[in-house]
Amino acid sequence: MTALRNVWAIVEKEWRHYFGSPIAYVALMVWTLLFGIFFYFAFSLFLRQSMMAAQQMEFGGGPKMSLNEWLIRPVLHNMAVVALFIAPMLTMRLFAEEKRQGTIELLATAPLPDLQIVLGKFLAAVGLYGLMIVAGLANLALVWHYASTPPEWKPVLTGALALLLFGACFIALGVFVSTLTRNQIVAGILSFCLFLGIWTLGWADDPSAGPVMRAVAYLGVTTHMEDMVKGVVDLKDVVFYLSFIAFGLFLAHQSVQSQRWRA
Amino acid sequence: MIEVENLTKRYGRTTAVDGVSFRVQKGEILGFLGPNGAGKTTTMRILTCYLPPTEGTARVAGYDVFQSPLEVKRRVGYIPETPPLYPDMDVDGFLDFCAKIKGVPGASRKARINEAVEKTRIGDVRGKLIGRLSKGYRQRVGLAQAILANPDVLILDEPTAGLDPKQIIETRELIKGLGGDHTIVLSTHILPEVSMTCGRVVIINKGKVVAEDTPENLTRRLRGAGTLRVDVRGEAEPAAEAVRSVPGVIAVRARPESADTAALEVETEAGRDVRAEIARAVVSRGLDLLALQPVGMSLEEIFLHLTTTDAAHGEAAPAARTEEVSA
Repeated sequence: MTALRNVWAIVEKEWRHYFGSPIAYVALMVWTLLFGIFFYFAFSLFLRQSMMAAQQMEFGGGPKMSLNEWLIRPVLHNMAVVALFIAPMLTMRLFAEEKRQGTIELLATAPLPDLQIVLGKFLAAVGLYGLMIVAGLANLALVWHYASTPPEWKPVLTGALALLLFGACFIALGVFVSTLTRNQIVAGILSFCLFLGIWTLGWADDPSAGPVMRAVAYLGVTTHMEDMVKGVVDLKDVVFYLSFIAFGLFLAHQSVQSQRWRA
Repeated sequence: MIEVENLTKRYGRTTAVDGVSFRVQKGEILGFLGPNGAGKTTTMRILTCYLPPTEGTARVAGYDVFQSPLEVKRRVGYIPETPPLYPDMDVDGFLDFCAKIKGVPGASRKARINEAVEKTRIGDVRGKLIGRLSKGYRQRVGLAQAILANPDVLILDEPTAGLDPKQIIETRELIKGLGGDHTIVLSTHILPEVSMTCGRVVIINKGKVVAEDTPENLTRRLRGAGTLRVDVRGEAEPAAEAVRSVPGVIAVRARPESADTAALEVETEAGRDVRAEIARAVVSRGLDLLALQPVGMSLEEIFLHLTTTDAAHGEAAPAARTEEVSA
């Protein structure tokens, strides 16, 4: 119980920082704006394509186009790229700023274990990121309102879940990187480079590739999104994401603890 | 309440704290005195479980800082040298957060915050952003944070640094008032602070304890090694010459007092009463001895004696002689 209360106190405090500064508003604004733009482009492309398909129909061909496949899926994929840019913004100051301000001494001498501090900070960032996803999904409400045959909602939910898990991986790693320095800009740039590196691992995903490349691709966080965005939640993907997050938090926890020894 | 035994902390090759041992009784106010870089902050950081010791043990309320840090942290309130504050939080929000992570139960949280605010007199800035507060208020918010959970032990690292004289007096009064209920360790390099607030002093230099006693005892103990004031009628130089020839005298500073009198400040070896010899030496040179009296050392002088070596002063202090100390 006390553990939960402590973690929650940290979450609350971080949210106060996020919303007491421009960070939360900038992140929300950029995210929803880009969501809207991608949605608009995907939507107009969908309209053109379906118009052409309708014309072809007159000649007896062309399948009915799925909104899920043509509209929602590409938008979610694009937003994964945006998450790559925004995650460092959310995590870079979490520990770096505490160290710079000296407030880490307050947290470290308070009667709560380091793990609870790490968890609180992670959950605070994930919470804000989750809020961003929800705000972005509001765009899709339009589709339900106007579409003659509304899209399936299950793939949308699993897609959002994929986006959340995928971003949470970056956030967990970002928390770790933030423990390494007292300069939040350095933390931000390092995190971004690290995320980009992990992202590119996914490019090795090619059915014709050898076992080594397949293994490398497996570590790329993007490869595990595919099925979920299509609406299939495979246990192995969820386990992959959860273990990736646990690994990031483990590194962060170790880093926080070891700093006392090295200080 | 606090037991420190043979505490050592090394950072790589440098030894910040070197075999420090001391005890603090319940309700006592202990002054931790030393020049900058003497190891005060490091010792305090070990006591608050912020840093682990390299060697030795420290126990707070019977709990070892290394074995059961959570138990120790629950019983210790701490303000580092620069109070750890979030500039973008208001005072109430900050104290609320601190109360939560310090495990103050929800029911009594409001009352505890109000009490801490009242004790530190920050009631008129409760709604303000910490970043906008003056240094004095920030220091007091830091203090409010430290006493929030009503800890048995308070560890205050230079609580009056950077305050104006009025605030310093207020803070000292506050600390004195907290003694008794709380066991307090406070570090400082302002000496009057120690004699005014602390029941006992530990003087630390280069990571080692060089003296430990009550402020009064320290002064008394070192009086023998201290200074004699000798007033003579006559020229200053011959008088100084005469006194210097007495065995046991370490240094003499002479200055003319008026047209025909001079005042000498005579430093003598510890534990050796040479007043009679000095009187004889002065008189035998045909000078008139007007006054001869021991001057008690102020803490300031003791501190300098213990923590600096100077050609003239190095041998003066008994405690300093056993330790290798230098400026």
